[in-house]
This record gives sequence, C-alpha cells and structure tokens, in this order.
Amino acid sequence: MATLTEAPPPLTPTAPEKKPPRRRGRFTPYWLLLPGILWLLVFFALPMIYQASTSVQTGSLEEGYKVTWHLATYWDALSEYWPQFLRSILYAGAATVLCLVLGYPLAYLIAFRAGRWRNLIMILVIAPFFTSFLIRTLAWKTILADSGPVVSALNTLHVLDVTNWLGWTAGDRVLATPLAVVCGLTYNFLPFMILPLYTSLERIDGRLHEAAGDLYAKPVTTFRKVTFPLSMPGVVSGTLLTFIPAAGDYVNADLLGSTDTRMVGNVIQTQFLRILDYPTAAALSFILMAAILFMVTLYIRRSGTEDLV
Amino acid sequence: MEQYEPDRLSPAQVAAMRRSFRSGRAAMTRRSLLRASAGGALTVGGLGALSACGIPAAGNTKGGVSAEDHSAKEKIVNFSNWTEYIDVDESEKHHPTLDQFKKQTGISVKYTEDINDNVEFFGKIKPQLAAGQDTGRDIIVLTDWLAARLIRLGWVQKLDASNLPHAYANLSAQFRDPDWDPGRAYSYVWQGISTVIAYNKKALDGVEVKSVSDLLDNAKLKGRVGFLSEMRDSIGMTLLDMGKDPAHFTADDYDAAIARLQKAVDKGQIRRFTGNDYTSDLTSGDFAACIAWAGDVVQLKADSPDIDFIIPDSGYMTSTDNMLIPNKARHKTNAERLIDFYYEPKPAAELAAYINYVSPVDGVKPELEKLDPDAANNPLIIPDKAMAAKSHAFRSLSSKEETAFEEKFAKLTGA
Repeated sequence: MATLTEAPPPLTPTAPEKKPPRRRGRFTPYWLLLPGILWLLVFFALPMIYQASTSVQTGSLEEGYKVTWHLATYWDALSEYWPQFLRSILYAGAATVLCLVLGYPLAYLIAFRAGRWRNLIMILVIAPFFTSFLIRTLAWKTILADSGPVVSALNTLHVLDVTNWLGWTAGDRVLATPLAVVCGLTYNFLPFMILPLYTSLERIDGRLHEAAGDLYAKPVTTFRKVTFPLSMPGVVSGTLLTFIPAAGDYVNADLLGSTDTRMVGNVIQTQFLRILDYPTAAALSFILMAAILFMVTLYIRRSGTEDLV
Repeated sequence: MEQYEPDRLSPAQVAAMRRSFRSGRAAMTRRSLLRASAGGALTVGGLGALSACGIPAAGNTKGGVSAEDHSAKEKIVNFSNWTEYIDVDESEKHHPTLDQFKKQTGISVKYTEDINDNVEFFGKIKPQLAAGQDTGRDIIVLTDWLAARLIRLGWVQKLDASNLPHAYANLSAQFRDPDWDPGRAYSYVWQGISTVIAYNKKALDGVEVKSVSDLLDNAKLKGRVGFLSEMRDSIGMTLLDMGKDPAHFTADDYDAAIARLQKAVDKGQIRRFTGNDYTSDLTSGDFAACIAWAGDVVQLKADSPDIDFIIPDSGYMTSTDNMLIPNKARHKTNAERLIDFYYEPKPAAELAAYINYVSPVDGVKPELEKLDPDAANNPLIIPDKAMAAKSHAFRSLSSKEETAFEEKFAKLTGA
C-alpha cells in the first residue's frame, strides 16, 4: 500500500544557531535499552530467581513447597547424577569438535572459493532450519536404521568394529549408541558453527593472503599464520554457540540414544515432569549453568582473542 | 517432549545475525562477555528475594470448586483432547460426531487438540488449577493415573449423575469401578488403551515371541527389544509375566519387576524405552518386538503386513483415557451433556470405527457392525469375553509411592 503522496517540504537551510548541547538526547540510549532490559527482566531474571528459589525449597505437591534453604539438594543431585553431567559435557564437546572439523572447511570454501555459488551454499546451510528440530532428528532414525544402507556400508567396511572397540557403538548398529547421539548433536548444531565462522572468514582481506604469498609463505603457512588467527573470533563464538545448547540438549539423547546415553537434560526433564521433584530439577539446572559458565569463562580467557565475533 | 522446536532462523534473522557480527564497534568482546557473565551472577545473587517465593499447597477441596455455570447462556463447550483422537471427515476439518452433537443439543464444541503428553499437560495446567483459576477448558482427557492425581488434589469437579443417563447405563463393566474413582463420580472413560506385545515378522526372522519373558531373555533378540517409557505399562506387563497382579502388588513386587528389567538392560537386551516413537522403530525393524499400544498396532497392521501383535497368556494391561471437568470450568452442564452424548451407541460406534481404541460403551457392537464389520469383530476394539478376562489395570498409587516408583523407573531408563 505504498502510495507516494506529496514530497515532504524541502528543508530550508537556516543559519546555524548556536544552541547549547541538547540535554534531551542524553537519555536516548536508556530508552533504546528499555525494551531489551524489560525482556531480560521478565523472561530471564525473574525465572532465574524463581528457579533459584525452587532449588532451595522442600515439600510436595500436596503440602506445597516452602523455602527451607535445603542446600543439600545440590549435593544430592550432583552425587547422584554426575555420570549424566560428565556425559553431557563429553558428548557436547565431541559434537563441537566434529562441527568445527566439518564446518571450518565449508565456511572457508563459502568465504573464499564459492564465487557465485556462495548464496546458494549459504541457503543450503540454513535450509534444515525450515523443518522442525524434532522431525530432523527423527529423520536420522530412518537414515541410521539397522538394516539401512548406511549401517550396512559401515559394517562391510568394518568401521563398526573399530567404533565397537572404542565403545562408541554396540553390536552391528549405530542407533541407540553414543555415536548416534553425538552425530545427531553435530548435525543439529552445525549451522551455528558455520555461520559465525563464515562471517569472520569473510571479513579477512584477500590481500593479506597475497601479501603472505609475496613473503614466500606456503599456503599451509599462510593458513596457520594469517587465516586461522584472524578467524579465531568465529571459532570461539561458533564453538560457544554449539557447545552451550548441545550440553543442555535432551532430544537427541532421547530419540537416538539408549539407557546408557542419557544426558543431564533428560534427567532434568524426568525430575521435573515425571517425578515432580522440582527442587532437584532446579538444582540440576543451576549446576549445569554454573558448569557451563565456568568452562566458557576459562575457554574465552585461554582462547586469546579479544573479539568474540 | 514433542514440543521441542528451538531456534528456527528465517533468512531475515540470519541476515541480521550477519550484520551484527560484522559491525566493528558493537562487536562483542571477550571482556564485555566476561563482564556480562559476572553481572548475571550478581543478579542471581539477590538471594533475599528467594525466600519470598514458594509454591502454596494444593488446596485439597474434595468435590472440586465450581464456578457459576454459564451453560444456559453460552451454548458452547471447550473440549481439550489428544491429537488424532476423534473422527474427522474427508476434508479433515469437521468432526462428524461433534457436528451431530451440535445438531442434537444446539451446543457448539470448541475442540482443541492440545494434549500431547500427560506429564507435559499437567505441567501446563498445574499453575492455574493450583491457584484456583479457570483453565479455559470444560473437558480435558487424561490417562487414568493422572486423572487419579487430579481427583486426589481436588482439582476436578464432581459430575452430576442426572445429566449422564446414557453414560451411567452404558459404561462397560470393566471400567465401572476403578479404585481411584469408585463409581465414576468424577470421570468417564473416553477410550480404553490396551498394552500388548507387537512384533515385526520380518525382523523376528522365525524367532517365536509369546511372552514378556521371551522379550527379556531370548538372546536372539538382543538389542532389538523395546519397552515403553510409560512406567505403568512396562512394569505392569512385567508384573503380569512374573505372576503378580498389577492391581494388588507390593513395593517388593515392584522392586522385583525393576530388577528383572534392569538385568535385561544391563545385558543389552532392551534397546530403548520409548514414547510414541516406537512405531517407527517397529516398522523399520530396529525393534523386532516391543511393548506397544494396541490402537497403534491396529493402524500399523493396516499399513504393513509384517506387523502383528500377541496377547501374552499371562494377560495384558488396559488403561483408560478419561474425560474430566476441571475446577472453575464455565460450562459444566454442557460438558456433562457432551460426555453423555458419547455414551449413546451411535456416536460411540462412529468414534470407534475411526480411532481403533477400546470402546468403553456397552451396546456399541451392533452399531459398529453397520459401519465397519471388521472393527466390530476386532477384539482390540471391542474385547470379547476371553480377551476381557485377560485385561488388567494398574492399581492407584499414593503420591509417596508414585514419586518413589517413578524415581526407580527413571533410574532403570537411564535418568
């Protein structure tokens, strides 16, 4: 409905007046921040406080829950479910590394070599997001079915013997093993790795590569000394965007895993919905958050990059 | 679980993401992130605020809390049900039985398929019911153990028998007197659900499966057996196999059943504990055999000749999905009339012909024979005497028992 009406009256140049700096604009940044802050307050800070309170309550559905500062919940939760915690971090870590290994070459290709295919490849990277997370994960069950082509091929090539020996799979199957869960996590979070990597690689000035060549650097050296260090912000943000959600994920472990691949997300879900032990569920969530925060802080300190993206 | 659907990015969002990544000044730096996380920790540090929170006790109001009944003025009823749990016509827009109800009574039904999972739905309506507020629903359909919990908590209304003549007369004997709602004061069955053993002939490859013991012990099925993540179905079938009655078992019996299943888990016999998604495992042959819901099996069998089921000699579990009227519902009388409507043989038959679960209505068979003779003779839809004799129900649990049992079962399934 964009109909052009009259053009706005032309601005008549007036003699610049000497005004004192306008004070009204001083609060503009705060006004601009307000929606974001309100959003954070209502949907992040308040739920967090509520959650923190729940974690130190005791009671039952019938009798109600009261804050009793029962901090032992935290200790009990941790000592009971540390294997699932460890597993979450392990699986999320493995998926993050796999994402990096798969995503870096692709992001590199899109940024430097794709030419006119660039947009098409970018769309292909994002395309899976057009279907639901759940459907995508369920599709893996069909792909990796025991009698399906993928598993038969892996069996013929004796790949599964190796993974069996490593303890990643069991028997002649991929589904319902740790390998399937890690593959599912990798697949579902891969675009979160590729997008920041791509943006950070794409910013690198191509002339730097030429300059490195002029200084007799071999392509490998150029990559090691120029490209990779400059892409570090992308690596860091990509790994964070992959690791953090992967560590809390429970869908992949639920659909592709088995009893011995349950992650902490599954435990939280079960505690909250089935057992109705809200304090333990809340405590587990907080422990997970604290663990991730700690690891991420350590990682960012160590990664030696100032920019995150 | 079915509702997990994070972070779909539209191309516009991706473009925005790229823009924000690129901008030099506003780029997130390590320091700003560290500072932000420290700030976050401080926010959480407002510990004094914590004590202010707390969840009040569930007001135990036996008999439920009614609101003013607007049934006479507002000719509607809000009906929340599970997905694909009612008849639909070819256009998939109309539900013939609901249209008929409207014609008969002048009450229009606002039908919503917003129940996917018992525990999830409980989490959804709990805050409103606990606070004594209207959920906006006049009828909800919940599986028996959750219905029992809602009755125990006093969150549903007592039904007015005078509005339920058909329901009272036609409810099958099998469902008349559950221990959690004697005489059906609060609930009426929508459909019954039988839990049986399903198998994939091709995947079994000649191995014979006749009982839960075969599932748990036959080494040829190692890693190709599925059990349900619904505690009462998996444990109930195991208890029956061990010669215990799920309607009268002790805590020791329960522990023995858990131990029996644990052994099978430890030796890798059981591949997974699943929700509804077992159907894909069974059709793909990843499960050679599994504990399954008969309603699904009827459907799967129609789609694939390899799928079939058996009823173990030791018996099978039957649970029910029940219609309840939550507290403060605005249209109680209308809701009762709808419940009663589905106990008239004709609508009951139309429903049964469409959805393949156990019909709770006596006298549905002659009507169903007119619509679909095959369905009328399917013991999974209308159980014959021999079948009904093997049907067992899981006893109701106190809230303490429920917590303890669910916790043990969760450990068994890995979390």
